Amino acid sequence: MSDTNTILKAEGVFKSYRMGQSDVKVLKGANLSIEQGQFVGIIGASGSGKSTLLHILGALDRPDSGIVSYKERDLNRESTGRLNRFRNETIGFVFQFYHLLDELNVLENVLLPKMAGCSAFGWLVCRSAAKKRAKGLLEEFGLGERIGHKPYQLSGGERQRVAIARALMNEPEVLLADEPTGNLDSETGNGILEVLRRLHDTGQTVVMVTHDDKVAEWAGRVIKLVDGMVEEQAWT
Amino acid sequence: MYKFKLALRYLLRRKISYFAIAAVALCVFVVFIVITIVAGITVNFKGKVYNSIGDCVIHTKSLVGFGHYEEFIEQLQNEPYVYAAAPLVKNYAMVSVDQETKEIAGIEPVSFSKVTGFADWIEYHKGDVGNVFQPTYDVNLPGCVPGIGCYFRRNEDGGYDTPEQLRQIALEFNCIPLNAKGAMSRLGAGDFSSKTFYYSDHFRAGYSLDWKRIFLPLEEAQLLCGMGGPDKRVTHIHIKFNEGIGLEEGTSKVKEIWGKYLEQKKGVINYKLLENVQVDSWKNFSKAVVAMAETQQTMIIICFFLIGIITAFIVLVVFYMVVSHKSKDIGILKSVGAGQVSILSLFLSFGFMIGVLGSAIGALIGWPFIVYINEIFDFFNIQLWDKRYSSILVVPNEIDPKVLSVIIISAIGACLLGALLPSWRAARMKCVDTLQVTQL
Repeated sequence: MSDTNTILKAEGVFKSYRMGQSDVKVLKGANLSIEQGQFVGIIGASGSGKSTLLHILGALDRPDSGIVSYKERDLNRESTGRLNRFRNETIGFVFQFYHLLDELNVLENVLLPKMAGCSAFGWLVCRSAAKKRAKGLLEEFGLGERIGHKPYQLSGGERQRVAIARALMNEPEVLLADEPTGNLDSETGNGILEVLRRLHDTGQTVVMVTHDDKVAEWAGRVIKLVDGMVEEQAWT
Repeated sequence: MYKFKLALRYLLRRKISYFAIAAVALCVFVVFIVITIVAGITVNFKGKVYNSIGDCVIHTKSLVGFGHYEEFIEQLQNEPYVYAAAPLVKNYAMVSVDQETKEIAGIEPVSFSKVTGFADWIEYHKGDVGNVFQPTYDVNLPGCVPGIGCYFRRNEDGGYDTPEQLRQIALEFNCIPLNAKGAMSRLGAGDFSSKTFYYSDHFRAGYSLDWKRIFLPLEEAQLLCGMGGPDKRVTHIHIKFNEGIGLEEGTSKVKEIWGKYLEQKKGVINYKLLENVQVDSWKNFSKAVVAMAETQQTMIIICFFLIGIITAFIVLVVFYMVVSHKSKDIGILKSVGAGQVSILSLFLSFGFMIGVLGSAIGALIGWPFIVYINEIFDFFNIQLWDKRYSSILVVPNEIDPKVLSVIIISAIGACLLGALLPSWRAARMKCVDTLQVTQL
């Protein structure tokens, strides 16, 4: 693939965490480039740094050194405000534990990225269109009847589908999924993976972190992280 | 938009929020009640003092008094800003009521009533203040008007069991008359000037005057105190200004014309006495008495300001707990692009809501409570103080909307202040930490 299609790129990324008195080096010069429209699976053992890499790619965290760029835009040089906007408009996150807000119902959870990105006045202007899109997404994921329910009234699979709908609300360029099936039984997990694959089929770029090789097989491209470095890239 | 929605949900869903609201409500309720009562007592007391003085006083601390007052009163009455002026002789006498020393005040009842509330204080000569010193049982007898507490004793309700018709009561006054030089004007066996006056009425000013002062006709008081004769003297001239004249403005004008009067009178007999005369507004004149009440009020306000600090601290603790419990939410919000300002304003909105709700509840409960406070105390038979010894018979319950507004705004401010630190902490939380994504 040509370099012009590269959407996210990590070059020589280092990251360490302080644990008690010592520093734990998690990423040790990881290099990675993700092309537009790819379904990438990042696998690795526990502690290999896959979640950390995902968070750095999604600007949830900053690397200690190295470059992370989105369409050749160096994210390290961006201000906090611009990174907030980047996360709001360009990235959609799906987490292992769904991370829905208990105080909001399903529809409101899905609307959250839109609300977070708008001023009070802007929200008044775009509210009806946003609701329409949110309801459309929920219908698409088979949750049309659940829009008024609270997260605790849903099953694990339903919650994760709500989380995916929320991640897609602002039509992000990249969907980052951190162990999206890690908290689900295999049947429900497969349902979620079906959803991700369907999204990929429509052109959505998806980056998924998993520790499970079988789950990673759903991705078109598999990257293995070993000891903080990208060691192997496999294409299926 | 989500900030308001989430703040409202936090408020409704978190039981701990109810404790914060209750703390704010309780604080507003208590402060509202106490400030209203204390302010009421102070305002009431100041009103009574003002009512017994008028706007401005020309006075001397000397018991000898000062002369040439009639001419000056005449001059004052021609001033456009003066409504009325009244002379007064103040001195002390042994009176045959409990053989106590009482303050005697010689007045011209009509002019004194124009300056003060005297006409409203009396009981048996209402609407006929000019004849207040004529006992109804014998108009030819020399009358006196003691404060109601000088002769009658109070009952447990703070009232006086006065007779419908006055019976003849003779009061003997013994006073040391002083000449213009301050020496006793009589020497020898008859040092004291004595006279018997008859109870013609009594007055009720509503404060300590009621126990210590007896009004006499001006001329009689002057004779008793040695201030009569060709160069008559008084100790005070009370002045009331026309409506619209400011206290300081009127007082400084009086000071000005008094200065000019002094210049004119240079060299007259007993001029030295005029030099000791001071001109003061009623506030300055009664500073010693009023300042005490105001100091008490200030001290109570300071004490309750401390309660406000405690409320802010409670809100701070509650918010710290909420922020700790909601750190995951903060991470979620940041992951969808919410910035520090958004998180800060979310939790400050939450604090604002607690402040508004708490103070609204406190004010709504406090309002009827203060309005019916006397009835409530009566119903439960609660007596806060012994009314036999106090000039306050009912708990002041006049609500000042300005005071209430200040209390509410302060409570909301305290909540915002209490919420600020935890909100700031929430805003600065790192997204990855709050989502507990410590798995590497």
